[in-house]
Amino acid sequence: MKTISRRTFNRLLGAGGLGAAAALSAPAVLAAAKAKVVVVGGGFGGATTAKYLTRLSPGVEVTLVEPSTHFITCPFSNLVLGGLRRMDDITHTYDAMKTRGVKVVHERARVVDGAKKQVTLDSGKMLSFDYCVVSPGIDFKWGAIEGLTPAIIDKIPHAWKAGPQTVLLRRQLEAMRDGGTFIISPPVDPFRCPPGPGERISMVAHYLKQAKPKSKIVVLDPKKSFSKQGLFKQGWEKLYPGMIDYHNIDNDGVVRRIDEAGMTLHGDFGQYKGDVINFIPPQQAAEIARVSGLTDATGWCPVHGQTFESTQVKGVFVIGDASQASPMPKSGFSASTQGKVAAAAIAALVDGNRPGAPKFVNTCYSFVGPDYGISVAAVYNVENDKIVSVKGAGGLSPTDASTFDRKQEALYADGWYRSISQDIWG
Amino acid sequence: MSRFLTSSLAGLLLTAAASQAANADNPPSHVLANTCFSCHGTDGDSKGAMPSIKGKPADYIATLLNAFRDGSKKGTVMNRIAKGFTPDEINELAKYFAAKQ
Repeated sequence: MKTISRRTFNRLLGAGGLGAAAALSAPAVLAAAKAKVVVVGGGFGGATTAKYLTRLSPGVEVTLVEPSTHFITCPFSNLVLGGLRRMDDITHTYDAMKTRGVKVVHERARVVDGAKKQVTLDSGKMLSFDYCVVSPGIDFKWGAIEGLTPAIIDKIPHAWKAGPQTVLLRRQLEAMRDGGTFIISPPVDPFRCPPGPGERISMVAHYLKQAKPKSKIVVLDPKKSFSKQGLFKQGWEKLYPGMIDYHNIDNDGVVRRIDEAGMTLHGDFGQYKGDVINFIPPQQAAEIARVSGLTDATGWCPVHGQTFESTQVKGVFVIGDASQASPMPKSGFSASTQGKVAAAAIAALVDGNRPGAPKFVNTCYSFVGPDYGISVAAVYNVENDKIVSVKGAGGLSPTDASTFDRKQEALYADGWYRSISQDIWG
Repeated sequence: MSRFLTSSLAGLLLTAAASQAANADNPPSHVLANTCFSCHGTDGDSKGAMPSIKGKPADYIATLLNAFRDGSKKGTVMNRIAKGFTPDEINELAKYFAAKQ
């Protein structure tokens, strides 16, 4: 971490003083802040936390640190690949957040110092806090297999962080010849959005069926099975028969080497040449979590289930994909719900109260086709500071659901997207 | 509001207060309710396909949730979710959304 000279420190103090003087002219912030909370990351988890802190704990000064001025959601980015949505539809701003009084700093946070209670930004600027909520998402494990480097992503996109990578993969699919091969390789567990690869395969199949019906999809999955497997395979049989060639760990699904120049993935036995290749790398908590002492040997961040405060760094809460919140999946819904739990816990702590035991839900919708939706849901309690699924609740859409119910779940998937994005960024 | 509904609401409030007192670790009603917003919109004000539940009578919300819970009403995901909540929690949720205007 960069050390700070006394002169710089005084200059920063001066800058802070000016900022405070400017802020004082606004009547809403005349009262001194009850507490300062810095939220790192403006995605599903962090943006929810920031908004809900303003709802649950008025008078708390909330600063949201997020490098991007626009947030593009991973949820529904598969629909962009399928041609069912445009990038604009999955892009959100922080305008409403600012109106609510959240200070939004468009910079990258480098490290969180739990002992000194300050966050250092890329510019070297420090933000002090009473509580910090870290929702940084994931990083990829480059080098995990031969040929897997950041240099390949302009040719072999991951498209597992939505944005330019999503656009690139869509363009590659548009440029692919009819009769071409699309190869997708999902990661090992645990990873962001467990049903995401199944939905991506579905949405690419939907596009190819319309535009390039002679094309094939090869799936090289290093796992035994995948989320919602039965429902996805049933849907593929119905909507895209013969198009998808799925390999799991027992059938040469493990990729050992990526040959970027030859556009070929090497398994233990076969070589798979693709016209378009989507390799989704294995994952870990984002760098800031790792350099701030928040991760353990698993590469993810252990937390108290009751509050999502780190078990390793007091006063710092970790939510979203970076946290170890199993049995909750690493989903946008989970992250958002966890943000509300953390916000409620901090609101209680600021007022000198003990945070109550939360109870919450996760639902993940996936599109198999435009009119074919499926879901998995769970309800969670916290027992002895551990998150547990409520027995007898939750589970998958039934395999024998009617065409009407599949259509309803597709409509509800869209309803979920509208509601949650309004709830977070609206 | 009908006298019947008023007295049912008062009953719900008493039940809820009693259940809160019985276990101080019960989630506050806003924490119980806010996980619902992800599908049903902030405070139950849905803009999409999910029904809006904001400001609906508590009795209506509780009746539907209990019916999803015991399977007498068939939905898509709601049967799976309602089964995870106790009758007391359902009353809490109903009261929360009914109070939102």
